[in-house]
Amino acid sequence: MNPSRKRTVRLVVALSAAVVLASALIYTSFSAASPALTPSQLMREAQPGRSYQLTGTVVSGSVHREGAVLDFSVEDRVGGTTIPLAYTGIVPDPFREGREVIVTVEKQGGRYIGERNSLITKCPSKYKTAPPSENQNS
Amino acid sequence: MAGLGFACLLLALAVCAYGIGASLYGVRSGRVEFSESGRRSVYALAGILTVAMIVLEVAFLRNDFTFNTVADTSSRTTPALYRAAAVWSSQEGSLLLWAWLLSLWSSLALFLTRKRLRDVAAYATAILLGFGGFFVALMVFYANPFATTHPAPPEGAGLDPLLRFPTMIIHPPMLYSGYTLCTIPLAFGMGALLARRVDADWIKAIRRFAFAAWLFLGAGILLGALWSYSELGWGGYWGWDAVENASLMPWLTGTAFLHSLMIQEKRGMLKVWNVSLALATGTLAIMGTFLVRSGILDSIHAFGGHTLGVPFVFLIATLIGGSIYLVVSRRDMLRSEHRLDSWLSRESIFLANNVVLVGLCFVIFWGTYFPLISEAVTGQEASVGPPWFDRYTVPLALILVLLSGVGPVIAWRRATLANARRNFVVPSVCALLVLGALEIAGVTQKPLAIAMFCCAGFVFGSIGQEFFRGTRARRAMAGEPAPLALLALVRRNRRRYGGYIVHIGIAVLFVGVAASSSFQHASQLGLSPGQSTRVGAYTVRYVRPTATITPKYDEAHTGSTLSLGALLDVSEHGHHVATLNPSEGFYASQEASQGTVGSLIGGQPVSHVAMNGSFTRNVWTAIAPDIETPALKRIVSVGNSTLPAEDALVGIAYLARAYLKNPPPAQFNFLVSPLVFWIWIGGLISFGGGLIALWPAPSVVRRRVSVRSRARALRGLARA
Repeated sequence: MNPSRKRTVRLVVALSAAVVLASALIYTSFSAASPALTPSQLMREAQPGRSYQLTGTVVSGSVHREGAVLDFSVEDRVGGTTIPLAYTGIVPDPFREGREVIVTVEKQGGRYIGERNSLITKCPSKYKTAPPSENQNS
Repeated sequence: MAGLGFACLLLALAVCAYGIGASLYGVRSGRVEFSESGRRSVYALAGILTVAMIVLEVAFLRNDFTFNTVADTSSRTTPALYRAAAVWSSQEGSLLLWAWLLSLWSSLALFLTRKRLRDVAAYATAILLGFGGFFVALMVFYANPFATTHPAPPEGAGLDPLLRFPTMIIHPPMLYSGYTLCTIPLAFGMGALLARRVDADWIKAIRRFAFAAWLFLGAGILLGALWSYSELGWGGYWGWDAVENASLMPWLTGTAFLHSLMIQEKRGMLKVWNVSLALATGTLAIMGTFLVRSGILDSIHAFGGHTLGVPFVFLIATLIGGSIYLVVSRRDMLRSEHRLDSWLSRESIFLANNVVLVGLCFVIFWGTYFPLISEAVTGQEASVGPPWFDRYTVPLALILVLLSGVGPVIAWRRATLANARRNFVVPSVCALLVLGALEIAGVTQKPLAIAMFCCAGFVFGSIGQEFFRGTRARRAMAGEPAPLALLALVRRNRRRYGGYIVHIGIAVLFVGVAASSSFQHASQLGLSPGQSTRVGAYTVRYVRPTATITPKYDEAHTGSTLSLGALLDVSEHGHHVATLNPSEGFYASQEASQGTVGSLIGGQPVSHVAMNGSFTRNVWTAIAPDIETPALKRIVSVGNSTLPAEDALVGIAYLARAYLKNPPPAQFNFLVSPLVFWIWIGGLISFGGGLIALWPAPSVVRRRVSVRSRARALRGLARA
């Protein structure tokens, strides 16, 4: 094989390998991703056994602790549908009623279970303390 | 004062506009005095922004709440040290910090290259001033740090308590220095393409800055991880959060660039690749800044302003479009001067390392921007979690660590079998020894972690061998004692041996990451005083609750009003190991609706983690006390209705006493992480190695001068 042909073959092999790896990456990202949903979307679309990223506001007066399980409800940013869920694991410091949270949930039977350690509280802001009247992170 | 600050910004904008015009005119028309004037406008920009920075800093230190940023992010109760750092906790202030650091680093880069690469530097000046002008324009038109309100509010909102931690003072300047330094290789790379001077000269000119960018960015990332681990109540140091990822991406391409530029210097190869890496690193740094500023992706680092998206998208699109156009249009000039001789050579190992680093960057890029990609493709926003990232990044990290051991000992151009035998026996034996030791110690689970330990063993072997051989050679030559020979060896070849030390540091860091993530014991549960639980080999007993009322300065010096905690007794096999006192600080809010007593503790509560660490393991504890019990709530509401604001602390004292007397069960988070300490030690070693590599070698300077003077003398002789 002459050198330039050899180089072309090498290039093709390398590029094909890169394409195969990239396709695997892209495929798994779509299959492993959890859709981000608001409570009202989750109520409509949730299928049992699949995980979703629920984004919403913690309902005032809904937070209760039963041993290791933290029960709370999440509602749409503008109010409306409310999803009660049972969560175990780490609760971030800024977690409070009225704060916006992101939590990975799964529907099991009629209940929503939060995935362990998946609770994220959006801080009011790392960069700016929003005035109380402003909607945080809007 | 605010007027002065804003005037500085306007002047800075004018200086940028003038400087861009002057340097472009200078290089196009060949009139050097204009290029020089353009360069001097970068110095002027640095001076003007320094004044603006001082104005803002003084406003923070003097509690001048007429400044909106001061009122929003500082307060009289915020300790002075944190008031000084609060400057860059606001959107506006951090933009000013960015522009200021950019002007300082650009001035340094242009000053050091003032006698070289005139045309490349002139284009680079225009590009750097373009960045400066962009950030100054953002402040002038969108986020003015000198905006004021009259009359001033009596008290500010205070610095977010999460940020009241020493590492948070230096984390942003480090990170921003890294980001801004990343734009220097980009500017010079673009300058080289524009001036059609694509030999290794531009790379030599900015090599040190690329390295400094890498060093600062890395230090900034690690400081962020340290803050996360030792301050936040979740006990992790990395969460694949969008903003973390954004800072890691330019660091990865920067690492690739630092390696591949050596191939261009030595062999005149990989020119397209190098200039593309420099452009990509700069662009990723700007994208990182954009991610933090725009709020486009969900992140725990939530964002204040979301008005800056459009200008940033415009800038990034210009950068990407410009980069592609320049590289494609100059492709004929960027041909390699040599071909790869063999797949078994240092060049090809560097190439492999580049592919892995860029692959890692691609994985992280894809995962980070996946919510946007998914929304564009499927119409449904979706995101990938840490397990997805781990699946790809762990194997790639393993390969990377292994290559960092292979690279230093393999020969340039073509490695022979003899060379391989000579160089790879010791490292391989080291890796096998590690494997054997782990086997004897009974560590047989977690194959990926074990593979990482073995790879690290390989790196220690290969780098140790290099140091040993170098020292031995010097001893043989100069007859110096071993320690002196070692010192002289490093001093003579700072870049090489500094780089090796960085490799050691990275291997140590990954040992810490692999061990602490694979063999961690965690427990989260509620405990009442007297109860205990087991975490790994340790027994943790909740001895008694603690409370401190600290209107001005709490024990952690963060300015919390009330701090509730627990005294924990940690023991191993019945032997006392440590007494830990984790607590949670409650901070004042400015919300009158919470009442006089309620508002004193109505701000965001923040964990104060307590740890007991050694070289081998770290016992980490955090507490979330329950202050929402009916009895405690009643105290607050009675206090709200009876106590005036000046006596409200009495209510807090009652609350603390009631809590101590009748403590409700508190939620605890316990972690026992092996070798976590080595992550920070690895970072320190790398930083030290980086400084050694970065430090100019005095002998080289002298040599360069003497070579130049000799050449001049020879020329003089020839003429005569």
